[in-house]
Amino acid sequence: MIETIATMFSYHFMQRALIVGVLVSLCTALLGVSLVLKRYSMIGDGLSHVGFGSLAIATAMGLSPMIVTIPVVVVAAFLLLRLSTHGKLKGDAAIAMISTGSLAVGVIALSLSTGMTSDVNNYLFGSVLAMSVSDVRLSVVLAVIVLLLFVVFYRQIFAVTFDETFARATGSHAQAYNMLLALLTAVTIVLGMRVMGAMLISSLVIFPALTAMRVCRSFRSVTICAAIVSVFCFFIGLFLSYLLSTPAGASVVVVNILAFLLFAILGRLRR
Amino acid sequence: MALITCEKACFAYEGRNVIQDLDLSIERGEYLCVIGENGSGKSTLIKGLLGLLAPVRGRVSYGDGLTRSEIGYLPQRTDVQNDFPASVWEVVTSGCRGRSLFLNAGMRRTAQRSIELLGIDGIRNRSFMELSGGQQQRALLARALCATRSLLLLDEPVAGLDPLVTREMYGIISMLHREHQLTIVMISHDIGAALRFSDRILHMSQSGIFLGTPQDYRQSELGRAFAGGIRHD
Repeated sequence: MIETIATMFSYHFMQRALIVGVLVSLCTALLGVSLVLKRYSMIGDGLSHVGFGSLAIATAMGLSPMIVTIPVVVVAAFLLLRLSTHGKLKGDAAIAMISTGSLAVGVIALSLSTGMTSDVNNYLFGSVLAMSVSDVRLSVVLAVIVLLLFVVFYRQIFAVTFDETFARATGSHAQAYNMLLALLTAVTIVLGMRVMGAMLISSLVIFPALTAMRVCRSFRSVTICAAIVSVFCFFIGLFLSYLLSTPAGASVVVVNILAFLLFAILGRLRR
Repeated sequence: MALITCEKACFAYEGRNVIQDLDLSIERGEYLCVIGENGSGKSTLIKGLLGLLAPVRGRVSYGDGLTRSEIGYLPQRTDVQNDFPASVWEVVTSGCRGRSLFLNAGMRRTAQRSIELLGIDGIRNRSFMELSGGQQQRALLARALCATRSLLLLDEPVAGLDPLVTREMYGIISMLHREHQLTIVMISHDIGAALRFSDRILHMSQSGIFLGTPQDYRQSELGRAFAGGIRHD
């Protein structure tokens, strides 16, 4: 097995997928705990669809996919946050509207430029071949920034997640922290989208948090457990996809489902 | 000088004027109960006192060393997530304010003192969501104590608690008021308790506002109509 792993990572594209994947899984897991508890899970899903649309347009116009997509998704994140907190439309409906709208625009952009080829498949469901060396560099820098900001503002993020009104009453800039969460989520989703696929990336936000909550009972333990589960599942998923020639993103999600079921059973047994 | 002063303050909620020309000064050391029917503006008043809602007219000011962010606030239980994975320690320390990003020694001391004061030292590592209603209220009250040295603002602290735990809760609040000189502002539906514990009563209703001592309240028209059926022994 060690040998298989060694061969697997002798491919440069696999090394790149692993580096980006591990960092992204770590970020999504940490952010996911807050997003799930704040009932913001769907924002992650909406953002990945916006990411797809913008990625497709950037490619069609021959622009750098990451550089274009990150700001677009960040703007979408602020918009979704606004809509879900005090919009006239119902939050979930607004997200569904933006999601499907971006998807449609993205598909049209792709079909006009390259035709509906395997590109679409790669965008929607991810590809380990997607990351270029410069993408990896950008991903590493941004992922490290996301992680640092999360650690630095951990206490405030907890306070705002647990009880926003109290946090605001005691002088915390709750809205600023909500925006920080949205910003970090947006960046992370764009980073992970290429490997995991636009349709599947939000599972990395939701699954590890929910899995950890089956067993852990404090915010800190849930956060740490989610991070470990997420990175572990990504690694196993990537390894299985190499071994069985299955799509990487989907394999990672399936491993996450199995981990969730395992933890759910463990949680039941402990009670 | 009063801790909080409302001068001719008017508050609106969703475009509707809920509170008109409220003159209220909350004095250091007093125990003020706010009562009134649902929809009479109690929640709006809380937001106004906490500084989360600006008055449309008039003003709210803080004095006697109190700043806006130094109010110990206990929200209604329905506003707090009951299925949230957090330990009692995490909940309590989230009340600690301060510039420091991380929990410093001073914050830990404050949190520990609050926890001991409320008798929840034995459950500090337990998960908040596994606690009984009364224990959750104690944890949230300990959090509020971390945020303040002078004023507690309690929004229906006994709602949904059983009679025994309700008595305990009132006992704790009285203890904090008497022995630790905390000013108490309590929103309540329990007129009996309001008459028994408070120094002053603020009754809010659509028709007007009563503000005065429990004795005066009993004599007032509003008070007779509301508290008439309640006996005191």
